[in-house]
Amino acid sequence: MPQGDYIELHRKRNGYRLDHFERKRKKEARQVHKRSEIAQKALGIKGKMFAKKRYAEKALMKKTLAMHEESSSRRKVDDEVQEGAVPAYLLDRESTTRAKVLSNTIKQKRKEKAGKWEVPLPKVRPVAEDEMFKVIRTGKRRTKQWKRMVTKATFVGPGFTRKPPKYERFIRPSGLRFTKAHVTHPELKCTFNLEIIGVKKNPNGPMYTSLGVMTKGTIIEVNVSELGLVTPAGKVVWGKYAQVTNNPENDGCINAVLLV
Amino acid sequence: MEVETETTNNVMCLLTDPEGTPLGAPMYLPQNAGPQQLQQIVNKLLSNEEKLPYAFYITDQELLVPLGTYLEKHKVSVEKVLSIVYQAQAVFRIRPVNRCSATIAGHTEAVLSVAFSPDGRQLASGSGDTTVRIWDLNTQTPMFTCTGHKNWVLCIAWSPDGKHLVSGSKAGELLCWDPQTGKPSGNPLTGHKKWITGISWEPAHLNAPCRRFVSSSKDGDARIWDVTLRKSVICLSGHTLAVTCVKWGGDGVIYTGSQDCTIKVWETTQGKLIRELKGHGHWVNSLALSTEYVLRTGAFDHTGKQYSSPEEMKKVALERYNKMKGNAPERLVSGSDDFTMFLWEPAVSKHPKTRMTGHQQLVNHVYFSPDGQWIASASFDKSVKLWNGATGKFVAAFRGHVGPVYQISWSADSRLLLSGSKDSTLKVWDIRTQKLKQDLPGHADEVFAVDWSPDGEKVASGGKDRVLKLWMG
Repeated sequence: MPQGDYIELHRKRNGYRLDHFERKRKKEARQVHKRSEIAQKALGIKGKMFAKKRYAEKALMKKTLAMHEESSSRRKVDDEVQEGAVPAYLLDRESTTRAKVLSNTIKQKRKEKAGKWEVPLPKVRPVAEDEMFKVIRTGKRRTKQWKRMVTKATFVGPGFTRKPPKYERFIRPSGLRFTKAHVTHPELKCTFNLEIIGVKKNPNGPMYTSLGVMTKGTIIEVNVSELGLVTPAGKVVWGKYAQVTNNPENDGCINAVLLV
Repeated sequence: MEVETETTNNVMCLLTDPEGTPLGAPMYLPQNAGPQQLQQIVNKLLSNEEKLPYAFYITDQELLVPLGTYLEKHKVSVEKVLSIVYQAQAVFRIRPVNRCSATIAGHTEAVLSVAFSPDGRQLASGSGDTTVRIWDLNTQTPMFTCTGHKNWVLCIAWSPDGKHLVSGSKAGELLCWDPQTGKPSGNPLTGHKKWITGISWEPAHLNAPCRRFVSSSKDGDARIWDVTLRKSVICLSGHTLAVTCVKWGGDGVIYTGSQDCTIKVWETTQGKLIRELKGHGHWVNSLALSTEYVLRTGAFDHTGKQYSSPEEMKKVALERYNKMKGNAPERLVSGSDDFTMFLWEPAVSKHPKTRMTGHQQLVNHVYFSPDGQWIASASFDKSVKLWNGATGKFVAAFRGHVGPVYQISWSADSRLLLSGSKDSTLKVWDIRTQKLKQDLPGHADEVFAVDWSPDGEKVASGGKDRVLKLWMG
């Protein structure tokens, strides 16, 4: 017979000790003090583990309390008139990423004509040429210095093939090429991973624009067709401009804000 | 003469009406006979005093050329009896809308529903700003702003005699308005625990003056209300999930479609369940009756005649209803979230007549044409599809919208169809050519509600951009 079973057998025959429940209650009441003593004394990894366990217990307790609170208290529901009314046939549908229709295509065109942009980042730090490019020495004796490597993130179109090395003055390293950008819609306050269509303007100069260099403040064109934006005439908008808000060469990704 | 040479080129034809009843015996017709000659024959055979326009269909295709050309083109045997279906057309013609006549601002939130009164002289709209507005159609200005609801006004409905307007809100209360003064007639009708999804009035030919209407709610009940008693008369409970739409049929029964995938048919004196139509695999979104347009407009027709007494109105409404219905039973079509539609004849059987498949997304709105010949369905797959109203056969798909199509509306002559979409445009489709007739851009945001006035003069649309637009031909 295993050891622990003897006490059960004894209890079965003779019942509990007379002070059993009293002792049990007292032991349980002491338990808190005992635990706090341990909590204060435990050091190092043991202390950490104990604290974590304690924290999880407390969080669970709070959650259960809040749940009980909720079920017992009566509140008014759905009383306030909310923004963004939808008809009855859309009320039960889960709201998909709803993008507001932006009737700004005319505005965008007008701005394009004026050549002026009201952008979130109006001023950018000028990037010097020797920061932008790294001189590459070529030739058998490594004396020729006409080749440049772009040290910033670039966008290279899908149909691009490299020129033969003899004629290739600018190298755009494939590790710094990007095809997608994280674009935030400022009104919807949500971010989408959108494909880049092209570089519209690099504020540092037209050469960088034509090279497709993306530094902070660059205007890029992104493919917004999956957002479901529509022009006033009911056509799907697919290209829209966005401004780069981070330093892609440092971060390894492109963050941009949509220009609306 | 030519006649002698062509006497040999005759073809045996049998003229039948849409239900398949033959008109006279099969007869030989010369092959150079076209729709016009056929029209004369039908008018003569039916001994119509006025000459009515007819359209002719051979195996669901409209006949537009002389018979001989048709036979050659489709290589139909001349030996067999050619059965030609004749279909009466509306004697009036409605001009397609092509311009925006007014953009009226006023609502401070999205416009969720618009409805013309049955005589086409008044217009009401319900909005997310908790108001119902009644508009003056002659000056195209706001007439009354009806405040009283506690939450978004989701649906509005005119009584068939045009004397009452009922609106239901997201808070679950219904309010009855007097369209002449814009004042609520009494306190809100409460009873529903959740928002109202649909309202339908008792047809004018069953009861005049109009007193009763039925409302459906998200809480799974439908309730019949009495406007004069100002209380809920009967509560139709039985659906286990939200009731999405409700229709009061012309035979005095109520049809409710629900998210529990069933359609229930109720009797209206005691609220007993008569029939349960099962078949859909997902929510039922929308119901339409073949007689719906006649039920909605009651005694008013295209002539714009006004009636003095309710009895007269009832009589005329009954006349119109019987004429519309013919001797066929009332047909019901239901559109569902399972991308299909069913055509039912609830008076005959509890099994569907046809299952209509083809949409690639959920069907949001279905609507019978005013003459009952066509069914149109609006779907979230960006298309509107046209189906034969009697057999449920697919006829055409109208593509052109770039966003989900929310609502559709027919012109009173059944020749044009209007659709409003999430892509902020309205489009008018021609049923005869099955092509886009008119593109109506102008809204700055999604179009939630469209309605074509019963007199055909105007179209009203409202949407998320908070303005109400009126369009004219």
